[in-house]
Amino acid sequence: MSKIIYLVPLFPLIGFLINGLGRKFLSKPLISIIASGAILASFIVSVLLFINVKNTGSISAAYFDFINFANVVIPFAFQIDQLSSLFLLIITGIGFLIHLYSSAYMHEETSHHYARYFAYLNLFVFSMLLLVMGANYVIMFIGWEGVGLCSYLLIGYWFKNINYTYAAKKAFVMNRIGDLGFLLAVFWLINKLGTVAYVDVFANVSKLSQADITIITTLLFIGAMGKSAQIPLYTWLPDAMAGPTPVSALIHAATMVTAGIYMIARSNILYTMAPQTQAFIAVIGLATALFAASIALKQDDIKKVLAYSTVSQLGYMFLGLGVGAYTGAVFHVMTHAFFKALLFLGAGSVIHAMHHEQDIRKMGGLKKYLPITHITFLLGCLAIAGVPPFSGFFSKDEILTAAYAKNPLLYYFGMAGALMTSFYMFRLYALTFLGKFRGTHEQEHHLHESPLAMTIPLLVLAALSVVGGFIGVPEVFKADSHWLEHFLSPIFAQSAALTESHHLSHSTEYTMIGTSTALILVTIIFAWKKFSNYVPNEGENEGFNKLLANKWYVDELYNSIIVKPIELFSGLLKNVIEKNVIDGAVNGVGKLVVASSRQLRLIQNGQVGSYILIMVVFIIVFLFAWINDLTIVRFFNKLF
Amino acid sequence: MGITQSLFWFLSVLALVAALMVLLSKNPVHSVLWLIVVFFAISGHYILLNAQFLAIVNLIVYAGAIMVLFLFVIMLMNPNTETEPRKNFLVQIAGIVAGGCLLTVFISLVKQASEMNNKTALLKTGNIGLIGNLGKALFSDFVVPFEISSVLFLSAMVGAVVIGKKN
Amino acid sequence: MPIQYYIYLALTLFTIGIIGVLTRRNAIIIFMCIELMLNAVNLLLVAFSKMHNGIALVTNKDSMVGIDAQLFVFFIMVVAAAEVSVGLAIIVMMYRNTHSIDVNFLNRLKN
Repeated sequence: MSKIIYLVPLFPLIGFLINGLGRKFLSKPLISIIASGAILASFIVSVLLFINVKNTGSISAAYFDFINFANVVIPFAFQIDQLSSLFLLIITGIGFLIHLYSSAYMHEETSHHYARYFAYLNLFVFSMLLLVMGANYVIMFIGWEGVGLCSYLLIGYWFKNINYTYAAKKAFVMNRIGDLGFLLAVFWLINKLGTVAYVDVFANVSKLSQADITIITTLLFIGAMGKSAQIPLYTWLPDAMAGPTPVSALIHAATMVTAGIYMIARSNILYTMAPQTQAFIAVIGLATALFAASIALKQDDIKKVLAYSTVSQLGYMFLGLGVGAYTGAVFHVMTHAFFKALLFLGAGSVIHAMHHEQDIRKMGGLKKYLPITHITFLLGCLAIAGVPPFSGFFSKDEILTAAYAKNPLLYYFGMAGALMTSFYMFRLYALTFLGKFRGTHEQEHHLHESPLAMTIPLLVLAALSVVGGFIGVPEVFKADSHWLEHFLSPIFAQSAALTESHHLSHSTEYTMIGTSTALILVTIIFAWKKFSNYVPNEGENEGFNKLLANKWYVDELYNSIIVKPIELFSGLLKNVIEKNVIDGAVNGVGKLVVASSRQLRLIQNGQVGSYILIMVVFIIVFLFAWINDLTIVRFFNKLF
Repeated sequence: MGITQSLFWFLSVLALVAALMVLLSKNPVHSVLWLIVVFFAISGHYILLNAQFLAIVNLIVYAGAIMVLFLFVIMLMNPNTETEPRKNFLVQIAGIVAGGCLLTVFISLVKQASEMNNKTALLKTGNIGLIGNLGKALFSDFVVPFEISSVLFLSAMVGAVVIGKKN
Repeated sequence: MPIQYYIYLALTLFTIGIIGVLTRRNAIIIFMCIELMLNAVNLLLVAFSKMHNGIALVTNKDSMVGIDAQLFVFFIMVVAAAEVSVGLAIIVMMYRNTHSIDVNFLNRLKN
């Protein structure tokens, strides 16, 4: 079985090459078939691998030495275990659905750009697969950088719009800040252990001092902050909505942004041994969850709401990692991938129908025009809000329960965030689908349900969002029903051995589930009532609302404390140092040469007498030097 | 001081004075004549060194052929002394100073050369300068360069005719 | 006669030739100074030839050491004669074209 591992990333790579190189020749249907087919093939192999892993345990394959010098050998190797096979399924499965969806969503593009889009998308899937399949941190880093690159390319896909290119640049730079942390962690590992392979690192983790572990885990978490959009490096993700909507669904909701969670779940033993870092992660995760949720309350762009919701949900995942609920975090990654991809694709369907109008204040009443989108979107909202028995309920509940076990305070704040989530999601839902249509007449005339290629992925994802949670039913309902925990237990076994599990009493859990469900339902009804007959009125944003609508002015804050000083400094360098010092030196050399040549040229005056005179003078000089045995003569004697 | 030494000093002084006069005389014809005197003095030195063949050749080729050629050319052009170009004073001073420095450096070089101490040039005796010995060497060991020099002469002749021809 | 005397004599003649080249502008005079320098070298060659011959004669009465130097002088004279014929032809042509024998007129060659 390990012989077919390489096929998983190979198919997307081939798809990328064909579409990328043949973008001038291929027709649109062919492009979408190649791209989607590549991912489908990958998905099939992934399923085979998953079944194999489930039955016989993890498999690995090494291909060649990627780096081999001194005592460090870093092989180019893949490792398929429970965790990565799960991620493989998510990536290739959702990836395929989104490719399918894109083939219809992007049909307005010219075939050249269409091919470019699918080439990027395939390259992204390839990189993401490398990221999760790598058997060591370096291979993971290759994928890590690859997905960052693809994210940049796809955010700036419509590169003729300058704001989109700025958004792409912002995403890239923010990611780079995090990547530096990741890279430093890898270097630290090589320095301390001489290896970066997961197996070796986790086996030798006891050789590391407490301080080393804390540093490595913190640096890795900084990498995760950038990639998974946590405070303070989250501002790129809302801006990344500049990319096409399917891209937002795939990269900025379902897969790439969960790379940080994957990486920490992968390194769980390190984090379990670094409680300070864990506490740090929990705090950052929770803060991000609340912060992003509060911003999402007042956003009017359909994709921005979903983007902040994504940041917020990623915060929950990090909260889960921080409190040691690794399974819960991975579980939430999975369910989140389902419902957030669904929501984004639904939003894409709405945007498609509205002819690229994204302001929810100008929508409303889309229920009757877009029935399939409406139903699936509603299911997605219920799932993300955490209404039982939808998938989001189970995963979020698992994280929050673990948080309660760690510290009830974390739970209360997490609960507040969950309530905000349900509020803004249903605000979004109500504004979009309920009430009266508030757009222009022409838009209303053109409203139509999306084609089959777009609705099929919606239906599949809706189904997954509804039932996806049942692979992780908590113990409290039925013993040994948490299939996922059982499946992933080999990955987290080392960590589990180090932590004593404190189970909450069943009655506490029931109370918690009951209260949270009741509160969420109340919030949903409140939001539904408040916004279903929404009438836009100008100037409603004042005071605190204004603060939220402007995203807490974080972008402005970063601008003034980081960007402006750097710009000022660069301006100084450009206008003063560059102009006077560097240019002065460079031009000075040139001027000196020109001036001295102008003088030297006078020697070449064509007067035979002066040539002879110069010749005689230098004969005298050389003879004089020779007689007195000057250094230069000795130098030339040695030379010849 | 024997007669040989006397002759040596006489010829040396004559050569130097005549050489200076080559430089100092304003009229080119006088320069040519003084140069002939230098050549005669040098030929005298050759005879002192018992290099009779070279002495004769020197007289015939230099003092005879070459200097007559010079005279012909000067007379052909007939430049008047007034219009004869002179370098400006500064350049002349520079030339003289440079020459003086060169001479000083040369002399100090010779003084440093210890292998020259107690070496003498053989006067009046020795037979390597005789025509018979030189002829034997010329037509045995040096026959190839000798033949090549005849080609050189031919080409010089052709060159002179081509250059001097009116176009 | 000590060899140094000949060397000094030859060097002095040579230097006079150089000074002539440096200070005069008349092409014919410069040419004559070059001949003077050649002759100074010839004289030195013959003097050295006799010096080596004298050293060799002490051990071998019929030694021909130094004869090549005299032949070298002979060849120098040959080359000098050829050189003079070509050089004077050039000067004649130059005079014909410029009505001057000032070497500084030759700086037109630089263009």
